[in-house]
Amino acid sequence: MRNRLPDGGRIDRTRRISFTFNGRSLSGFHGDTLASALLANGIRLTARSFKYHRPRGIVGSGVEEPGTLVELEGRDASANRPATTVPLRDGLKARSVNCWPSPAFDLGAMTQIAARFLPAGFYYKTFKWPNWHLYEPSIRRAAGLAGAPAAPPEGRFEARFAHADLLVVGAGPAGLRAALEAGRDGARVMLVDEGIEPGGSLLNRRLEVDGKPALDWVAETVSELAALPNVTHLQDATAWAYREHNYLMVNESSPGHGLLERSWRIRAARVILATGAIERTLVFGNNDRPGVMLASAAQAYVNRYAVTPGRRAVIFTNNSSAYAVAADLAAAGITVAAIIDSRAEVPQETREFVPGIEILPAHVVTRARGHRRLRVVEVAPIQGGPTRRIQCDLLAQSGGWNPAVHLWSQSRGTLRYDEKIASFLPDAPVQSVRAIGAAAGDLTLPGEAPYKVQPLWRVEAAKGKAFLDIQNDVTVDDVHLALREGYGNVEHVKRYTTGGMGIDQGKTGNINIIGTVALQQGARMEEVGTTTFRSPYTPVSFGAIAGQRDGPVTLPYRHTPLTDWNKARGAVMYEAGARWQRPGYFPRPDESFQDSVNREARVVREGVGIYDGSPLGTFEIKGRDVGRFLDHLYTNIMSGLQPGRGRYGLMLTDDGLIFDDGVVLRLSEHRWIVSASTGHAAAVQSHMEELAQTQFPDWQIFLTDVTSQWANATVCGPKAREVMMALGGDIDLTRKALPFMGFADGTVAGLPARVVRVSFTGELSFEINVAPRHLPELWEKIMAAGASHGIQPVGSEANHVLRVEKAFLSLAHEVDGTVDPHDLGLGWAMSKKKADYIGKRSIALRRAGGAVRRELVGFLPEPDRQVPEGAPLTPGGKTRATEGLVTACVWSVVQDRWIGLALLENGASQHGEMAHVRVKDEVLPVRITAPIHYDPEGERLRA
Amino acid sequence: MMLIPCPFCGPRNESEFAYGGPVKPDRPDPNAVTDAQWVDYLMQVPNPLGPVHERWHHARGCGVWLTIWRDTRTHDITEAPDA
Repeated sequence: MRNRLPDGGRIDRTRRISFTFNGRSLSGFHGDTLASALLANGIRLTARSFKYHRPRGIVGSGVEEPGTLVELEGRDASANRPATTVPLRDGLKARSVNCWPSPAFDLGAMTQIAARFLPAGFYYKTFKWPNWHLYEPSIRRAAGLAGAPAAPPEGRFEARFAHADLLVVGAGPAGLRAALEAGRDGARVMLVDEGIEPGGSLLNRRLEVDGKPALDWVAETVSELAALPNVTHLQDATAWAYREHNYLMVNESSPGHGLLERSWRIRAARVILATGAIERTLVFGNNDRPGVMLASAAQAYVNRYAVTPGRRAVIFTNNSSAYAVAADLAAAGITVAAIIDSRAEVPQETREFVPGIEILPAHVVTRARGHRRLRVVEVAPIQGGPTRRIQCDLLAQSGGWNPAVHLWSQSRGTLRYDEKIASFLPDAPVQSVRAIGAAAGDLTLPGEAPYKVQPLWRVEAAKGKAFLDIQNDVTVDDVHLALREGYGNVEHVKRYTTGGMGIDQGKTGNINIIGTVALQQGARMEEVGTTTFRSPYTPVSFGAIAGQRDGPVTLPYRHTPLTDWNKARGAVMYEAGARWQRPGYFPRPDESFQDSVNREARVVREGVGIYDGSPLGTFEIKGRDVGRFLDHLYTNIMSGLQPGRGRYGLMLTDDGLIFDDGVVLRLSEHRWIVSASTGHAAAVQSHMEELAQTQFPDWQIFLTDVTSQWANATVCGPKAREVMMALGGDIDLTRKALPFMGFADGTVAGLPARVVRVSFTGELSFEINVAPRHLPELWEKIMAAGASHGIQPVGSEANHVLRVEKAFLSLAHEVDGTVDPHDLGLGWAMSKKKADYIGKRSIALRRAGGAVRRELVGFLPEPDRQVPEGAPLTPGGKTRATEGLVTACVWSVVQDRWIGLALLENGASQHGEMAHVRVKDEVLPVRITAPIHYDPEGERLRA
Repeated sequence: MMLIPCPFCGPRNESEFAYGGPVKPDRPDPNAVTDAQWVDYLMQVPNPLGPVHERWHHARGCGVWLTIWRDTRTHDITEAPDA
């Protein structure tokens, strides 16, 4: 650590830490960041730039860092971390991004030779034939950032909610004071700060507060806060988003307890933003050379980390703040060769900080020289004149300070441009928030010279590339090009040049872009304005956002009481609508998928099968007015149902499209059961509640979701009644007593049950509804009772075959949000007697227009082969506009061939004719038929 | 993440609610309006810059459909049902 000062700083020299950088073993001290440790080891060239692969070094000392991004490997693998924000720890393995094999010998650096041919927008303009996507992958590889880590990091993330009377963001001098005052008053206070330690800018400077060293004051304040039980103080915790109603997202980077990161979502009655200020860069030729650094960063390295970032420094500034930096560098033994100040006048109170150091007022740095690191700066009078060369290996620059208004702006508070500090300031708040300290433009701390600045958005006489956005390689020329090409709005300039769109979000350079646009357009800064500040303020890992919502708990599956039974029988489980786990099919050893499905479908058609229908959405509705409510909701008349009977119904939207279908049972005068499609149950419930609560608030309607209060086993097939008889019970199962669409309450196999005669297969079916805790017992009893009839469990694949044979509708297959009942041959379900129901008027209106409709048809592929579901039908099979689509195609066990359903323009009048399915390289002819392929009269299900 | 006042549950996070859209005029008697009026009712959704009357469904809470006035510029909820 040849650049380490013998004493001072906030590092612990007794705790030496070993780490590697680009494979090189190095050491630092506890308290270092990766950046300070690299500088301590004399490593200046730490990165290659995003686009041009130019050599880069460390520019900042915190979240503003635009120069050096690293990829961390190993236990806490993560990508694109600013080196200045990575705390050093033992075993840390870091690598520069965007250079190979190393920043010193980077093969991609050849790009620099071609750099003048790569202006803003170059890629968009050049790589456009036949389309951008052909080139994008290789360009992304050449430019770039780190790849995503191959494996998830080891460890857990956590998310927490918190509430506070006052949330203070920033534990610098202003934030600490505010938190202490509110804490002493007894308010529930949260104080969050992005730094490893509290103190903010005081950590980097040599100042006094209340007559004692500033850091002593910080330590006392922090310990008083710690003693207050109503104060929560988090360090290494960045507030990165400010949302509506004072809701802020905070990311705690090292919360301990074995956690990788913790995400806080904090709702605060009041927010104080003490987010400080960020120093900005100056814009001159080669202002990106390793060794060109923010003055505040040079000060931080010397004072906080006891590191000398150079031996011979030049200061370049347009404001008073860099003079204290010059003094601190000199005090650390660094030769300060000169202070280049673009202002004509340097106030005496500022000069007093740097006795004996040469000051060149009204001068600017026009160019930095040196290949891989800074060796010389060229200095000239701002009005023009002879160039002077000054040797140096460190250029500490200060373009002035920007209050960190990011969170303020995210809170939707307005900004105003302040001429005095030449920056944008918080203006009118929209939420309960206040900015204080440097964030509010108060840029002078006690003991400092009064902050005075004269804006210098770019050095006009700059030679060579002058970067406005160092991270994204955006130069003054790029912005001028954008303006020439008509991108005059600052939001357009940003998108065209990508200025401010890097990981650092242009914290040090955006204002210079605005200034450059203003100068070029002859506009004032406030006329140009800022681009929108967006979250996140600093990068946030996906893991922190997800918190505990990882793996199987992210979106938990729903199970019926039979999942264990199904799995024990070797069922292949599927995810069905609304996250239900259902058996797809039950393969036997040495049986193909198709064989299994055929066997299960055949057993229902020829013998008896059993399936679990529990996931179907089920609602109990009670009240005097349910009848007329359901009449309004469904296309047919429900109020005429007799207790003990059920009816199939269609629900439409008010624009006349099918929303859902299901069966309604009337239990008694004022008690009803409504069923809804599995995947649609929540939407149907929400729809019914909205109508009941907002449109018919005076009607007596009480709706309860009973989906998981009932489970069911459905016995189906020609032998179903025999199995039911064998089960025993007190329900009369004859066709006369319990006809199709009838139901009865009683006992089945000794269990309380409701048996419903509905059919989703087209066969005689008994849906036995029981309490979920009784289903496994019932199921075993049915399997035993049906054993002599060869009963078998049936999965959703076979159910799909059975419903296609019968042309029963399936949501998301035939019902795709574009069809009305007439299209599907369900005109009979639409009441002509009712004056109104949801969707009636719109269907009439649409039908009156006489537009061509897609209508449900059946089809038989000729030759007999499978046709992909979802494939388009086109006229004559040509690559023309489609006239329909295949909604289903299955192997039919009753037809012993492939059959299908499709939606086809004017399909109802084309039965017997040929149509053509267009797939990528082929045309598949199909013969159009009526939709129902089996038992069109429905005799079997009424058996 | 807005804080929405539920008359039954108190102020709750927006993530517990499903958005129900701006309140449209009352559904007209479909047999008493012209085609154009019916289409207007279906398709014209209020989209003001400023206060909007809108519905939220406390879907992951008590299930109430509530109606509030919210300013689209600031997210200020200026009127909500009494608790």
